[in-house]
Amino acid sequence: MAPETKISAHDINFFYGKTKALKDISLDVYDKQVTAFIGPSGCGKSTFIRLINRMNDLIPGTRVEGRIMMDGLDINHPKTDVVDLRRRVGMVFQKPNPFPKTIYENMAYGLIIGGIRDKSFIEQRVVTSLKRAALYDDVKDRLNDSALKLSGGQQQRLCIARCLVVEPEVLLFDEPCASLDPISTRKIEELILELKKDYTIVIVTHNMQQAARVSDYTAFMYLGELIEYDRTEKIFTVPRQRMTEEYLSGKFG
Amino acid sequence: MTTNKSVTDNLIETCPKKGSQQRKLFRLSDFTQVLGFIFLIGCILVALFFLGSIIYFIFSRGITIISWEFLTEVPRRAMTKGGVAPAIVGTLYLTLGAIAFALPLGLASAIYLCEYSPGNFVVNIIRLAINNLAGVPSVVFGLFGFAVFVKLFGFGVSILSGSLTLGIMALPGIISAAQEAILAVPQSYKEASLALGATHWQTIKKVVLPTALPGILTGVILNIGRVAGETAPILFTAATFYTRGYPNSIFSEVMALPYHIYALMTEGTRPEVQTAIAYGCALILLALVLAISACAIILRQKQRITYGS
Repeated sequence: MAPETKISAHDINFFYGKTKALKDISLDVYDKQVTAFIGPSGCGKSTFIRLINRMNDLIPGTRVEGRIMMDGLDINHPKTDVVDLRRRVGMVFQKPNPFPKTIYENMAYGLIIGGIRDKSFIEQRVVTSLKRAALYDDVKDRLNDSALKLSGGQQQRLCIARCLVVEPEVLLFDEPCASLDPISTRKIEELILELKKDYTIVIVTHNMQQAARVSDYTAFMYLGELIEYDRTEKIFTVPRQRMTEEYLSGKFG
Repeated sequence: MTTNKSVTDNLIETCPKKGSQQRKLFRLSDFTQVLGFIFLIGCILVALFFLGSIIYFIFSRGITIISWEFLTEVPRRAMTKGGVAPAIVGTLYLTLGAIAFALPLGLASAIYLCEYSPGNFVVNIIRLAINNLAGVPSVVFGLFGFAVFVKLFGFGVSILSGSLTLGIMALPGIISAAQEAILAVPQSYKEASLALGATHWQTIKKVVLPTALPGILTGVILNIGRVAGETAPILFTAATFYTRGYPNSIFSEVMALPYHIYALMTEGTRPEVQTAIAYGCALILLALVLAISACAIILRQKQRITYGS
């Protein structure tokens, strides 16, 4: 059975000033599936996923054409509530970026800025989210310690847990393991596989094996173009484009 | 070993002249290095000597008069007896007033310049103006304060006028320091906050400012410390030679340590007694300013420990 479409992009063009970073990207991201974006550095994969939660708004001089729809919401429409969108679409960054606050404060942040004051509710959400991110046992005795004292892998899982607190529908991972050691990487990958039961996940990765291990769909991008997009096992076994095959076999990139 | 030796021998044989020249050059550069080093050390020692002798001079002359009475009592018998407590209190009031005025204003300006300004021509002019404000002589600030706060706004010669004048003088430094502290907050913190659905203002309030706070406070304290000992800005705006007791409102004129020193040295009728009092005041002022700076250093140190940078 074919999964439902969660996000669909239509003819997306994106410009940094006069440089065209994305060229006519159209694709559908499916609900409760892991979609991986692979491709060499600078191919536009991060730029693309940052369109889904409008993080590119922060960069001055950028412009987007085309439409991205999420459950009927036109993401780039000027009247779209960005704050609400970002609550629905969580993001985990390349470098773990916990705030220089306690673990608990990091976790509660999303709720507090959302105006929630009920302490027992916050506490319960924090605990379930930490458990969800398989971090609770590591940190349950030191919730009031600085988050910066955690190891890199723990910090990244904290960042994932921090997203889960606000109960998003989509999770964007922008090279989440780029700065982590192999064991931490494996933990994050296991977590992604676990989380996809409840969330639509989009992940950008440099690591092709990682895409093969965690994703259901894989998009291969090159120089701002979407070269091929299909089920992951097809991309990795019988790619239709020669360029995809060459990239996957390490002939360039 | 043998091969090494033969290679060296070989080198010397093939270019003996060059070798000796190089050795000479080395010796020359060694010599200039040592000379340069001695020169630099000498400069530091001279600077330290002046600093040390100022402290020693003020301390040795001022310490003799310092006593509990001197710190806690009002002046008596035409400034020849009693203490200088009103001047200490006055300086504290003026300093606190300057902070109360300059901190919010400077912080708000820095937030605007860092976070909201479009970064265009007008903003660059604002930045330039702020930086130039730092170079304006203090007596000019004093005249400005007199014309605007004392006369135009009708605050009179008062704590309020003096605090505002000192505050304006500290403002450029505070804005620059706050800007630096805000810009030093990693972009990744802001991204994390915004990505969690925080508004720009929430991000500033909950992430940027708390992270930048130690840096901002350090800047505020250092700049306040710098202006707290100024005489010229309060000369026409706040200070007076003698008050009966302590000020009772922000519209009172006050005694202040820097002005008190100035007055004792220029208008005193019994210099043989009053000069000693002036040195006592100088010592207290020096201690106050050093204490303020020490606060800044402690804060900065604490920040380093917290963020491990």
